Amino acid sequence: MSSSMSSSTSASSRSAEAGQDTVDSHDAPLLEVRGLHVEFHTREGVAKAVNGVDYAVRAGETLAILGESGSGKSVSAQAVMGILDSPPGKIASGEILFKGRDLLKLGSEERRKIRGAQMAMVFQDALSSLNPVHTVGMQLGEMYRVHRGLSRKDAKAKAIEMMDRVRIPAAAQRVGDYPHQFSGGMRQRIMIAMALALEPALIIADEPTTALDVTVQAQVMDLLAELQAEYHMGLILITHDLGVVADVADKIAVMYAGRIVETAPVHELYAHPAHPYTRGLLDSIPRLDQKGQELYAIKGLPPNLLRIPPGCAFNPRCPRAQDICRTTVPPLFEVTDDAGVTAPGRASACHFWKETLHD
Amino acid sequence: MGRYVLRRLLQMIPVFIGTTFLIFVMVHALGDPVNALFGDKAPDPAIAAQIRAQYNLNDPLWLQYVKYMGNLFRWNFGTTFSGQSVTSLLATAYPATLKLTAVAFTIEVVFGIGFGLISGLRRGGMADNSVLILTLVVISIPTFVTGYVLQYLIGVKWGILPATAGDPLTLQSLLLPGIVLASVSLAYVARLTRTTVAENSKADYVRTATAKGLPRRRVVINHLLRNSLIPVVTFLGTDLGALMGGALVTERIFNIHGVGFYLYQGIVRQNSNTVVGFVTILVIVFLAANLLVDLLYAVLDPRIRYA
Repeated sequence: MSSSMSSSTSASSRSAEAGQDTVDSHDAPLLEVRGLHVEFHTREGVAKAVNGVDYAVRAGETLAILGESGSGKSVSAQAVMGILDSPPGKIASGEILFKGRDLLKLGSEERRKIRGAQMAMVFQDALSSLNPVHTVGMQLGEMYRVHRGLSRKDAKAKAIEMMDRVRIPAAAQRVGDYPHQFSGGMRQRIMIAMALALEPALIIADEPTTALDVTVQAQVMDLLAELQAEYHMGLILITHDLGVVADVADKIAVMYAGRIVETAPVHELYAHPAHPYTRGLLDSIPRLDQKGQELYAIKGLPPNLLRIPPGCAFNPRCPRAQDICRTTVPPLFEVTDDAGVTAPGRASACHFWKETLHD
Repeated sequence: MGRYVLRRLLQMIPVFIGTTFLIFVMVHALGDPVNALFGDKAPDPAIAAQIRAQYNLNDPLWLQYVKYMGNLFRWNFGTTFSGQSVTSLLATAYPATLKLTAVAFTIEVVFGIGFGLISGLRRGGMADNSVLILTLVVISIPTFVTGYVLQYLIGVKWGILPATAGDPLTLQSLLLPGIVLASVSLAYVARLTRTTVAENSKADYVRTATAKGLPRRRVVINHLLRNSLIPVVTFLGTDLGALMGGALVTERIFNIHGVGFYLYQGIVRQNSNTVVGFVTILVIVFLAANLLVDLLYAVLDPRIRYA
């Protein structure tokens, strides 16, 4: 694990250095999600947004959760944060172990104290995620005032310090500005500053760069990776952008219809996907050497969560689907190499993972 | 900001002239005030002519208006046909109406926003449905019906609160008329607050506030309600003027000698000086309230800045 860490966090040299001496695979995981099921009770029926998800994140490690809209990646993150819209959302079963404690067994007040202070979230669209009627200084300072009981003045000083940290120019002058007075990249920096304010152990970033220009995307990702390494935090990066993931993630979990269909260390996933869906995703990336040719697309649409197909949820769209795929839900198989040695951290929920791997 | 206020104040001048002139014309259109003064009896031509001369009634309408406005700027609202100065009437009527409006407005703000917030936070629940049904009932029933029914039940039958508010006006005696006057606006405020709260409770920044680990109370008040109040304040501002003018029915039911009371008498007796005088002040109040709302709007929503 530690070797993949140092090579994968090449986004910034600082994070790579920090990554090498901080990742320890013998640690108990910081966050462990076990058998998580989330349902949404709607008028048309029960939408099963998350159907048995397991993953673990260690301190200093970056887990990328990849999937298209409706795959359950954001919902599972909201369940971890405890900000699920409920009703209609409901955690049907599962465990969310954070620092060894099952969060789902805690009272709402205990959970609130963990939110923001020990685990924090960076959202996609900073403009709508920041309150338009309060200054950024107030919104940042609020973290210190509520969780640390700091005075208004001290909280403001801390807010300026945090804005400096995320490299917002002239932080002291801009602390009284409102979100709409900042550029998109600067706003996302403020979101990051807010998430990092109390030095949480875990950060969940839900599509943190999707709303940004491509040039700004890299800056924001670098900043996030750098601060993550500096504070030795666990990072869950939710995205649908394979490009973003490659630079910063240690391992990837690919989600489809509320389940994890493949997990792998980042470079192995790119080189040898073991699930037809992952393969399809990788083939859909535009490539320079295929300029002028038609872009590959996975046929069909993601399933309606009210009516997930029996067997493997991906079977109606899968080029490799056989009868077994239509009847039996594939468990997560451990992926082994040709010699039968298990590849660490590799698993695929495909009956034909071997064949897929050798394609 | 200062320049904006100045521009708004300048804009008020044509609005002020326009509205007062319109009132002037409308009162004139009611018919001959001197005939109305004498009721069924035919007026003595000599006295009628004297009154006409005294009140400039022989002049063309525009000249009457100009003369009237000229006096107005010297704070002379003229006299009624019975010889009372309109200024003294204003001085008795406006304090009473202001007190009533203040009571009604407080009830409207506190309960309107309160009910709306509870309703919006628990959309589809028991409280929400009760608020929706109750407000619909209140909006559908005319004020004079609500007024008389409440006066009879609370004031007369159960004797909880005074049935009428005579002189001097006490807070207790103004409670019932205040509730009646506020009722319809309160229902609208509750519904408006409910809608914006329900809408904003799904907003991303509310989710952020929750994710920050803020206590529920702080999320609701500092983040959710603070944003939801922006449209409500706009409504409240325009409603403040409407409350003062709309007190007409309520004041008559509860025998409060306020603006509505005198305005009604002025209209019945076609006493143009009274009517125009009272309405002029109402227009000023309305314009001032509107300006205040627009300025408050910028305070509440920093995305709006006036240059």
